[in-house]
Amino acid sequence: MTTAPAGASLDAPALRRRVAALVETHDPATTDQREFLAARFDAGLAWVHFPEGEGGLGAPRALQAVVDQEFERLGFVPTGREGLVIGLGMAAPTILAFGTPEQRARYLKPLYTGEEVWCQLFSEPGAGSDLAALGTRAVRDGDTWVVNGQKVWTSLAHRADFAILVTRTDPDVPKHKGMTYFVCDMSAEGVDVRPLRQLTGEAEFNEVYLTDVRIPDSQRLGAEGEGWRVAQTTLMNERVAIGGHPEPREGGLIAVAAHIWRTRPELRTPGLHDALLRLWVEAEAARLTKERLRQQLAVGQPGPEGSAAKFAFSRLNQEISGLELELLGEEGLLYDDWTFRRPEGVSLAARSPGFHYLRSKGNSIEGGTSEILRNIIAERVLGLPGEIRVDKDVAWKDLPK
Amino acid sequence: MSEKRLDLLYTEVEQELRASVRSLLEDKSPPSAVLARVEGDQVTDTALWKELAGIGVAGLPVPEELGGAGASLRESAVVAEELGRSVAPVPFLGSAVLATAALLEAGAGDDVAALASGEAVGALAVPLATPPGAAFPEAVRAEDGALSGTVTGVVDAVAADVLVVPAAGPEGPGLYVVEAAAARVTPVVTLDLTRPLAEVAFDGSAARRVASGAAAQEALRRALVTGAALLSAEQLGVAEWALDTTVAYAKTRHQFGRPIGSFQAVKHRLADLWVAISQARAVVRSAASAAATARQDPGDAEAAREAEVNAALAQAFVSGVAVKAAEEAVQLHGGIGFTWEHPAHLFLKRAKSDSIALGTADRHRLALGRLVDLPAAGSD
Repeated sequence: MTTAPAGASLDAPALRRRVAALVETHDPATTDQREFLAARFDAGLAWVHFPEGEGGLGAPRALQAVVDQEFERLGFVPTGREGLVIGLGMAAPTILAFGTPEQRARYLKPLYTGEEVWCQLFSEPGAGSDLAALGTRAVRDGDTWVVNGQKVWTSLAHRADFAILVTRTDPDVPKHKGMTYFVCDMSAEGVDVRPLRQLTGEAEFNEVYLTDVRIPDSQRLGAEGEGWRVAQTTLMNERVAIGGHPEPREGGLIAVAAHIWRTRPELRTPGLHDALLRLWVEAEAARLTKERLRQQLAVGQPGPEGSAAKFAFSRLNQEISGLELELLGEEGLLYDDWTFRRPEGVSLAARSPGFHYLRSKGNSIEGGTSEILRNIIAERVLGLPGEIRVDKDVAWKDLPK
Repeated sequence: MSEKRLDLLYTEVEQELRASVRSLLEDKSPPSAVLARVEGDQVTDTALWKELAGIGVAGLPVPEELGGAGASLRESAVVAEELGRSVAPVPFLGSAVLATAALLEAGAGDDVAALASGEAVGALAVPLATPPGAAFPEAVRAEDGALSGTVTGVVDAVAADVLVVPAAGPEGPGLYVVEAAAARVTPVVTLDLTRPLAEVAFDGSAARRVASGAAAQEALRRALVTGAALLSAEQLGVAEWALDTTVAYAKTRHQFGRPIGSFQAVKHRLADLWVAISQARAVVRSAASAAATARQDPGDAEAAREAEVNAALAQAFVSGVAVKAAEEAVQLHGGIGFTWEHPAHLFLKRAKSDSIALGTADRHRLALGRLVDLPAAGSD
């Protein structure tokens, strides 16, 4: 095991040596994936910027890409981790920032190895963009909290072992002040997960009903009333993942439309040609923007452009998939399957153009609506003044609902 | 599709170059000075151009042995951004970009030195609206070492000492060098107040041929591709000025008892603009890097093709962004934005003219369609 003292030189070559040392003792070809990931966690190579003993080495965050690339080069790319996005991307950084030593020791490792799946109980029917208006109540009862309410748009809830949960604990203070954040055991009594059918016909998401769910106080993350600040940490990590590799030109949906254009000359009209070329240009501009951001991250200079990437791609997906249907004409009148079922992940390529069109409508709503993202860019990047707030000094219970 | 990984960031050296160009322009050519100048007799600021040449700006991508700075088109692009940001009336596009590129691509290195040092100003005698893929011009005829004919809309010809002229002769296409004094240069009234155009007439003007046949055609085409890439950098600078200036105004201008930048109807438009400009920056860096790579190794056909794809992409994308940014600047400034006194109109006029210069976005989209195999309707 490589356990150099903290403060030892942790540059890219040093990290590559640590990766090599781990692969030396745990041959990826013959070691079980979970076992290998556990060893990687113990070696501090899970998240290099996390502290020692908690999956990291206290190294600069930018060096994570070096480690990931090195593992990949040596033939170790973990598979089947699509179901871990909430745990890895959102729960882990939040637990790191606000968890007690006991909580960090309990949750981080099984979360990383994939032994435990996480979901996120944030949005409610009455609290979407305005998450801080949420009304799921948690009431203290000795050493436990009793939770009642309804959450919505919860992906993975039907597979999750744990959830990160935000609740209302004090309705008598303004909305941002009376929230508390918990880790919720999804197998606890009173947790009822129901599939939520979306306009594509299937159910990627769930509604989660919480009825007298008892959560021990030891599963609280952060102080009572501090839930909003904890949730901000979670949401800051909800962004477009920027991979370690450049994407090729004509990746994504534009490839589908371009392929149709090249192989079906009978479908071509001047207007569609212009529309296709316009979208090709925009797709390439968006790809280069993402590539530039990737290069910035690689040299440790992240820019605010990340907040724009998701925004740009959602509009692009919607317009390209709309064009795809028009391009196909008569075939665009068809749909592949309206069956109400739970899909295994979202695979656009495997579905029909009608599905591409309908699913992409969610892109500008999920993970922050485009309108909210515009506010964020305007206020945080451009420094424009915020909206006049009418709900800041009003107790949550007195807000119009 | 195989495209090389291009460096889309700015190097430290590039950022230092940007800082010195910006500080010189802020000092010598603030918007108020540009506004005063465009109403005078001589729009081109030759004194400023000499100063810029003094810090190497006129000959950045020119090898040192030819009297240049031995840098690359990436550095030229950074300068173009700053010149766009200031709409400074200097002959950068005509002389340091188009004429210099045509001469370098034609192998006429000896003619470049005077332009690279800023001692002389050059111009490429084609209409500014010519797209890179246009047929070789036939407006000028070459006969026994003398040129005759008229070229309209030539950028920076008014200030030029030397003209690089594509002309057709009995032996086919050729690229010629002509002393500006041997031509009749007539300024025209232009939409863009800060970029003079002229009609250039030759009447048996003595000329020296520097390239002929396919080499002349290729040199002209490559010069126009380079021009398109660098023009997109200028457009980025125009857009950045428009956004920065409008954001600053929206923070301080109050109506209905609050800064207008606090209204979503305003801030969402500025957010959209910021997103578009972030994308434009990536596209422009890509075009500049691809142009620099192609220039480094003129024999690399794949690099030349990538330079063409990236330049066409940049023109197709950034033209619209710059026009949108300048139009939004005028609109969001309200009444003051519609006055002569406020410099916003200088940027609007530059942005709109740039969107036509070296081919409209539509022409560049059609070029892309050919380059990336997305053929027009009616073709198989």
